[in-house]
Amino acid sequence: MANNIFRKRAFICMLTLLAPVSVLFGAVKDMVKIPGGQYTPFFSDVPGKSTAIKPFYLDIKAVTNAEFLLFVKANPRWAKSKVSIIFADNSYLKHWKGDFPNEDNFSKIKDGPVTNISWYAATAYARWKGKRLPTLNEWEYVGNIAASNDTRPIEKIILEWYSKPTPAVLPPVGSTFKNKFNVYDMHGLIWEWVSDFNSIIMTGDSRSNSAINRDLFCASGALGAVDKENYAAFMRFAFRSSLQGKYTVSNLGFRCASDIRN
Amino acid sequence: MINVMNLKTAAFLLATAFVLSNCTFKSSGKEDDSVSGQYEAELTDAPRVPISGNYKYAKKVIVKLEVLEQVMRLADGVEYNFWTFGGKVPGKFIRIREGDEVEFHLSNHPNNKLPHNIDLHSVTGPGGGAEASMTAPGHTSQFSFKAINPGLFVYHCATAPVGMHIANGMYGLILVEPKEGLPPVDKEFYIMQSEFYTKAKFGAAGLTSFDMEKAFNEAPDYVVFNGAVGNHMGDQALNVNVGETVRLYVGNAGPSLASSFHVIGEIFDKVHVEGGTFINENVATTLIPAGGAAIVEFKCETPGSLTLVDHSIFRAFNKGALAQIKVTGKEDESIYSHKQKDMVYQPEGSAVQSITKAPREVAMPEKSMTQRMESGKILYEANCAACHQKNGEGLPGAFPPLANSDYLMSLKDKGISIPLHGLTGIIKVNGKQYDGVMPQIQLTNDEVASIMTYVRNNWNNKGDLVTAAEVEKVRNGK
Repeated sequence: MANNIFRKRAFICMLTLLAPVSVLFGAVKDMVKIPGGQYTPFFSDVPGKSTAIKPFYLDIKAVTNAEFLLFVKANPRWAKSKVSIIFADNSYLKHWKGDFPNEDNFSKIKDGPVTNISWYAATAYARWKGKRLPTLNEWEYVGNIAASNDTRPIEKIILEWYSKPTPAVLPPVGSTFKNKFNVYDMHGLIWEWVSDFNSIIMTGDSRSNSAINRDLFCASGALGAVDKENYAAFMRFAFRSSLQGKYTVSNLGFRCASDIRN
Repeated sequence: MINVMNLKTAAFLLATAFVLSNCTFKSSGKEDDSVSGQYEAELTDAPRVPISGNYKYAKKVIVKLEVLEQVMRLADGVEYNFWTFGGKVPGKFIRIREGDEVEFHLSNHPNNKLPHNIDLHSVTGPGGGAEASMTAPGHTSQFSFKAINPGLFVYHCATAPVGMHIANGMYGLILVEPKEGLPPVDKEFYIMQSEFYTKAKFGAAGLTSFDMEKAFNEAPDYVVFNGAVGNHMGDQALNVNVGETVRLYVGNAGPSLASSFHVIGEIFDKVHVEGGTFINENVATTLIPAGGAAIVEFKCETPGSLTLVDHSIFRAFNKGALAQIKVTGKEDESIYSHKQKDMVYQPEGSAVQSITKAPREVAMPEKSMTQRMESGKILYEANCAACHQKNGEGLPGAFPPLANSDYLMSLKDKGISIPLHGLTGIIKVNGKQYDGVMPQIQLTNDEVASIMTYVRNNWNNKGDLVTAAEVEKVRNGK
């Protein structure tokens, strides 16, 4: 018994020893500092009440298949054939041929965003990089920033993406618009995991009065929504609330964030 | 005092409860609600309807429905990224029986972008199943319900934003057949009306997508039957034989408009109003609310084309709400004769009619052959082509041909006289008899000269120039 506890502690120690190395060297590369600011959540108990977002680092682009392959090679327990069904469903990395795809059949997808990964896998990747997933509020805060190289309003970019079928091979990261924080592809390429994706749950029904469920963080339907005409945001929240941590989806990937340490 | 009241109320409630429970006992004593056996339901695409299971006892029915987002035809040359239940719009037709226990499997294809769910109006329970069926792409949800109420019901996706999911094509019909079944008919069809709110205008070619603003304003560009303009028109009309009875399961998905459903050339012998148990008889147009349905029945007694419309008629002729049923078989003139005679209606008596007031004659210089041909073409198309046709062929049996016409060319003056004075009575043109009325056309000598030059030197007619002076002479010669 005592032995076991000791072992666990040793394991945790090792993790904490490993982590700072990548924090020191990896956190800022390919990331951008997001200035702090005020953000009004789409759903709120007190509609219209804004939330302060502290400054943080965010990946400029989503994690690619090539980058995720490095992670899988370094952590074989996240390989397709090894992963636990508790942490990823059957379609985990289903677009990869084998556990460690070779260059030949990988070249088409290597620069595209990695998808078909679960929240657990995304979280493990972020931790391996010494990073974390952005929170829902952080993601939405950046997601609402206007494009710098595209004149269309954000909602329009999103709705046009919804109106087209998913291509057989996803385009490479960085191929859609860049926003005024210099972050690429916040919309129009893939959906992205956030750390607290289930903190706002629309009921499956999406319409019913949420009075009973309000205490369960359930801001169902339009009742709690700030902007009832924002169809694009409705769909993003509906999408997140349809997920479970182990789910993998063909157009759901992620990018990492990290705190700013003084 | 208060206590006494409470006692009285309590006694009343008890009595009511007794009566109620008594009633329940009686009705459930008659019927067997137990389920025996199970099968997987056959689902069909419109206009097909699954055949009736026609079984005596309620069963467990497994229904498997897959959500697919895909680009398909909305009109000729127009494509749209539809969200569908089963790959088509409308979604698959589901047919079960009252009392059945349905085990529903909703799958969301992994390539889809969005989560979806299903609200079946036939379900008694929160969200009509929507609450239990929210499904991420690449997943399947399972839930069960008992079909308590018989009727024809709409189902649709109810994921936020609900309006957009319906507007993109996510709906269909589920029929819960009453225990006693529906009377047999010869043909059954599945028809569903819905609207599309598109960025591009009606008929504009290319891939178009959902327009939120038009949806908010409830101003669709397309109102269609079975998911696209002209899906059951012409060669693709629904086919029925004379003497057959027809039952249409008609749904209206909306998302916004109520349908004034009508079949041109038929009277519904029976309408299951709003898809329920109440039957109205001898109805020409029935109102189907958005998210509602109706079952209509009629017998096809005479051949010809029946046209299904939303009788809010601009939707039919300008937005696509048209479909056809082609009835073939033997004519029965006692039911419908077709046109038996075409006679001219002459409220002022049988004299030749003049179309407009006599024009003021203005002296015009004579024109060359080329000038007469040019102005003659314009004048002909404006004044004559409606009957004699642009190509001068006329219409068989009604309007004699001018092209290659022996009658027209036989005498120049006789030809000129026709537009000036009109013509009635039996004439023979190229061997065929006509008995119509040509009205006087009130045109100037100059205009008649141009028209006559044009018709006498066109379409194989070989004549010469007609001058205004010649026209003047014929006009006065009467």
